[in-house]
Amino acid sequence: MAAQTLYDKLWTQHLVTSRDDGSALIYIDRHLLHEVTSPQAFEGLRLAGRKPWRRDANLATPDHNVPTTRKERSAGNAGILDDVSRIQVETLDANCESFDIEEFRINDERQGIVHVVGPEQGATLPGMTVVCGDSHTATHGAFAALSHGIGTSEVEHVLATQCLIAQKMKNMQVRVEGELGLGVTAKDIVLAVIGRIGTAGGTGYAIEFAGSAIRELSMEGRMTICNMAIEAGARVGLVAVDDNTIEYLRGRPYAPSAEQWPAAVDAWRELVSDADAPFDKVVELDAAEIEPQVTWGTSPEMVVNVSANVPDPAAAEDETVGRGMTRALDYMGLEAGQKITDIRLDKIFIGSCTNSRIEDLREAAKVAQGRKIAANIQLAMVVPGSGLVKRLAEAEGLDKIFTEAGFEWREPGCSMCLAMNADKLGAGERCASTSNRNFEGRQGYGGRTHLVSPAMAAAAAIEGHFVDVRDYDYAPTDALSA
Amino acid sequence: MKKFERLQGLVAPLDRANVDTDLIIPKQFLKSIKRTGFGPNLFDELRYLDEGYPGQDASQRPLNPEFVLNRPRYQGAEVLLARRNFGCGSSREHAPWALDDFGFRVVIAPSFADIFYNNSFKNGILLIPMAEETVERLFQATEAHEGYRLDIDLAKQRVITPSGEEIPFDVDPFRKHCLLEGLDDIGLTLEQGGAIAEFESRHRAAQPWLFRDV
Repeated sequence: MAAQTLYDKLWTQHLVTSRDDGSALIYIDRHLLHEVTSPQAFEGLRLAGRKPWRRDANLATPDHNVPTTRKERSAGNAGILDDVSRIQVETLDANCESFDIEEFRINDERQGIVHVVGPEQGATLPGMTVVCGDSHTATHGAFAALSHGIGTSEVEHVLATQCLIAQKMKNMQVRVEGELGLGVTAKDIVLAVIGRIGTAGGTGYAIEFAGSAIRELSMEGRMTICNMAIEAGARVGLVAVDDNTIEYLRGRPYAPSAEQWPAAVDAWRELVSDADAPFDKVVELDAAEIEPQVTWGTSPEMVVNVSANVPDPAAAEDETVGRGMTRALDYMGLEAGQKITDIRLDKIFIGSCTNSRIEDLREAAKVAQGRKIAANIQLAMVVPGSGLVKRLAEAEGLDKIFTEAGFEWREPGCSMCLAMNADKLGAGERCASTSNRNFEGRQGYGGRTHLVSPAMAAAAAIEGHFVDVRDYDYAPTDALSA
Repeated sequence: MKKFERLQGLVAPLDRANVDTDLIIPKQFLKSIKRTGFGPNLFDELRYLDEGYPGQDASQRPLNPEFVLNRPRYQGAEVLLARRNFGCGSSREHAPWALDDFGFRVVIAPSFADIFYNNSFKNGILLIPMAEETVERLFQATEAHEGYRLDIDLAKQRVITPSGEEIPFDVDPFRKHCLLEGLDDIGLTLEQGGAIAEFESRHRAAQPWLFRDV
């Protein structure tokens, strides 16, 4: 048989039927749901008198609209003060109840951002197809699962048929070889990739991230990278299975039972690209050359090294790009040529499906330990990705490190990544954020977002402006007070 | 789904690359549990001078006179002309719902983001990718001639300009078929229910751990 990429294998294993015109029906193993993109799908199902094809393939949790403050959260759904938000969460609860779908509700400890919850529960497994009405479903590709975001019509389609109508994507390999510098993280790798290929560079492709620097990453780091494949235009990001993948999954609630485990592991070991598999496009990066990254504009591709200056639109490759840069500088309140490390911040957000897992919180805590946030920082918040991440972080004493430094320690949810709940930026406010999108208004009307890693966000909180975390004297991993 | 066969529509130019779905419909409007009513909030942050929130009376809000869709000559536009990577970012189907509710049936741009592309066709909106130079030419023509309209013939896969020039375009055959016939694709898929069930039982036998019900 011809050599196959990991994506080719996953595609072939899920192909139900294919048509001569190139469209195919692929089977979906796991469907994750949240409150924002599902209500119209359930309504469609109800209007057509249809039922979910396979109830147990679905797993739901509310995440976008949930409050992250303790007082509101302790009141459950009643603590969602915005009526429209509350109705949306209540609608998810009612739909899951009436269609008998498993849901981790607002104050279930297993609740959290859907892309943190799936892997944490072992509900995302290698060899699965995983979809969700959310573009950051790419996250789950870190487990060699074919995973991507879908729209609400497709949510309804998956509920009703357990399948999706799809076209096969092209294969891209992004190979990152070598060793990352101290203080340089998975977030910096993926921002550097987006800076290289652009926000449309991966359109039409499934990107497999490979190379020694990727193999060295923890599962959390790989999830961060796959999560932002969509910011490079690719719906799918993938990493091949290795020991890290398998060890991460052992013992998780939805993982294979003890009897099934050996056969599952045997099957998972096959989920790697064949040595001579052809890729339509290959992009190579040297890990040692990657610096901590900071976005300066209103698209994730508008990103530079922390040691750089804000770029000049006059040097843009073409007129459309130049106009976009000028508009971005205007929106962001920045001048071309300004040093990145001179940019002063108002708020700090550590969280989101990109960077709210335990490793992210540990990285940020290393920087925050024994320090205080700067006087000009009005709010620095840490929002764990799930109730279970929160509990683990508290067991390690990370919450105390953050609160003693002046950070707020919040309840799990999407929070200020997209500001659908009460956590948002005011007009003109500038935020160092560990999230994934710096679009205009994303974190609040008129808000200004700079995307960075958790360590860079924490260091910016302490200094009040961006600093190169590599020059920063902070605790090594094993020196946390916990 | 709404059928799309042929349309002669007024063209509005949105001269901006990488238009993301947050810009098409900001997040506060995603709290709705309905599929309709998003039109007044299409491009909300560009269209109005104030901050929008759900349930507002849009007719009382201050319009941004600079924004292209607010200009009198583009009222009633059904064809949106845009720059590369239109519809990037979030998977929210509220973006095509808002375009549709506003009255757009066609978007022409050099390229589209993948998820937005799927979502639009599911809602009877035709997306036409065209070479950057052709799009540039259409921008110039639209801006130069008030009331500039394009004739879009899906069956023949042609965009016909007022001067009679025919510009061919590509469209995926299955999507074209669904659009021309206005087909409900869930119904179509369920016609293959037997094949799905058969696949499922093979899949379950091969990898039973994928079917674990906790």
